[in-house]
Amino acid sequence: MIELLLSIWNLVPEALQILLIIILKVVVIAVPIMLAVAYITLAERKVIGYIQVRIGPNRVGPRGLLQPIADGLKLVLKEIIIPTNANRFLFVIAPLLALAPALACWAVIPFADGWVLADIDAGLLYVLALSSMGVYGLIIAGWASNSKYAFLGAMRSAAQMVSYEIAMGFALVGVLMAAGSMNLSAIVESQSGSFIHWFWLPLFPLFLVYFIAGLAETNRAPFDVAEGESEIVAGFHVEYSGMAFALFFLAEYANMILISILTVIMFMGGWLSPFQGIPGLEALFSFVPGIVWILAKTCFLLLLFLWFRATFPRYRYDQVMRLGWKVFIPITILWILVIGVGVMAEIGPWFD
Amino acid sequence: MMSIEPVLFYIFSTILVIAAAAVVTVRNPVYAALCLVLAFFTCAAIWLMLEAEFLALVLILVYVGAVMVLFLFVIMMLDINLARSKEGFIKYLPAGGFVALLIFIEMCIVLGPENFGIEVTGEPLKHAADYSNTKELGVTLYTQYVYPFEIAGALLLLAIVAAIALTMRKRPDSKYQDPAMQVAVRREDRVRIVKMATEKKQ
Amino acid sequence: MNKIKFYLKSFLLWELLLGLKLTGRYFFKTKITVQYPEEKTPQSNRFRGLHALRRYPNGEERCIACKLCEAVCPALAITIDAEPREDGSRRTTRYDIDLFKCIYCGFCEEACPVDAIVETRVFEYTFETREESIMTKEKLMAHGDVHEKQIAADRAQDAKFR
Repeated sequence: MIELLLSIWNLVPEALQILLIIILKVVVIAVPIMLAVAYITLAERKVIGYIQVRIGPNRVGPRGLLQPIADGLKLVLKEIIIPTNANRFLFVIAPLLALAPALACWAVIPFADGWVLADIDAGLLYVLALSSMGVYGLIIAGWASNSKYAFLGAMRSAAQMVSYEIAMGFALVGVLMAAGSMNLSAIVESQSGSFIHWFWLPLFPLFLVYFIAGLAETNRAPFDVAEGESEIVAGFHVEYSGMAFALFFLAEYANMILISILTVIMFMGGWLSPFQGIPGLEALFSFVPGIVWILAKTCFLLLLFLWFRATFPRYRYDQVMRLGWKVFIPITILWILVIGVGVMAEIGPWFD
Repeated sequence: MMSIEPVLFYIFSTILVIAAAAVVTVRNPVYAALCLVLAFFTCAAIWLMLEAEFLALVLILVYVGAVMVLFLFVIMMLDINLARSKEGFIKYLPAGGFVALLIFIEMCIVLGPENFGIEVTGEPLKHAADYSNTKELGVTLYTQYVYPFEIAGALLLLAIVAAIALTMRKRPDSKYQDPAMQVAVRREDRVRIVKMATEKKQ
Repeated sequence: MNKIKFYLKSFLLWELLLGLKLTGRYFFKTKITVQYPEEKTPQSNRFRGLHALRRYPNGEERCIACKLCEAVCPALAITIDAEPREDGSRRTTRYDIDLFKCIYCGFCEEACPVDAIVETRVFEYTFETREESIMTKEKLMAHGDVHEKQIAADRAQDAKFR
């Protein structure tokens, strides 16, 4: 049986073989992400429910485990309404523009040592460039729906994302100064050692800024002024329904996971075990593969996303802008100077 | 067997040319801006094929991710009167055409085959997989061109500061809230707890 | 000194951590959700649900068509027509309550001199057509007959407060 498959495989031309392998890898990455997105929606409702002393959805399937599938099915079966005076082409293409960059970023994410689709040198820059593309989906959606609420939401989110991109970029500059590389695998490798060797400690302010700017980038509470259901109904996706709405939803949650995993890779040692180099504990936990560590850390950060949403009230818009421009950017610039000194002085155990 | 690279190149360059042409021909300004975004993006793709991945990503990051977003921001907010902007098209056509022709000739002179032909620059090298374009760029920028680079940076900063200083004005009648002060407010500033003796019954 | 303390507090996100601590504690609290169809919260004996018309123990209907309920109803949900019966007593020929208009205030019950119209504990009812939303006399009587035991018990329990 296997021989038969191999002989068929060898008949395929070489260029096509490479293409097929890449497509297979993409599927192997994309399908779990989609599933993860589906189940984060459930986790979100459950966590927020628990914090509000409720128990959250528990009717569909055992303990509500089939709820995301039911939600997805509902959205697929619903009609996509295109408003009369909307710009049809842009209206339809906007959700795709929101989702595509969110998924494309995953190409350079290393899940474990060598488990990466495209191990490119400028990985960090690639991630930054593509995540800055995501804003187009939002602006185009807001403009094409020809609705004031949608437009206001789009304007808000555009301004917010552009401002927080700067703080985020500066935080990343700090990381690449500390790691001496823009390759994400190399960044993880440069953090090897126990958990005090990870970059969260020397880059603590940048770590905070990056994560909070990540909240703002994904338009999550407490920075969800772009949606602001109490002021502008739902922001840029008011006019969307059915699967088109679901795509925005997918993009938001895929971005959430992406920000979490990037934070893990850049500040929390990626797939490295926290007990590396600690006698006793290292041997005890040596059976845990790297992928488990990176996923566990990512899940913890995702829990923080949900926890924040359940805790903090929404920022007012001018406060959001002030935080981005007047607080985060000065902090990051200051800390980049500190890192510069640290790198020049080769302060251990991080910069030597 | 034909390599896939020329095919990709022709696909990208076709899109680039069409998008660039659309930027100046499309009626709707929002469409024009989006076509420009597409042009930038495909341009970055072509640069990627030229092994200039740093420049390509920076092009996307800066122009697509920031500049064009603000551009779109402004265009979408303005209500541009299409009919008025087309007034006087014929009147300005000769002058415009002349300037365009001039620029075209200048570009031909500078970018012509005698300066950038394959005989002049030599065959482009194929670099090994571990060749870092970013590093090369950094080394050149911070050794050979360090002074021009720093001066350009300082000038741009100056321009930013000057632009802000020139356009910023405080209207005395505007009711401006300072979020920094609002955030810094503490309970003690707003509430005073007063202890009072209970009143006696008359 | 205070200023330094303020800056430290704001940059270490102290207040936010306090908030997170509070919500984090609630995460582990016992959940108060009532799983409705399986679990139900206890009802008061004064619960005001679907209406019913009662009878005396001998089977005679209580309502004497005094129309006090119709007069007191703030939502004008009650419509009554009355005629003398063959035996000469005053009785209703029509007693309709429009459940879409009714606000379940319980005034009709308060106004009734003979305790004929009452509100029962039944609150799980649905309609499939608009006509069903009108409680006619037959439906009200039938409903009262079914729940008479509960209705009588509730009234007896509440009697000393009236």
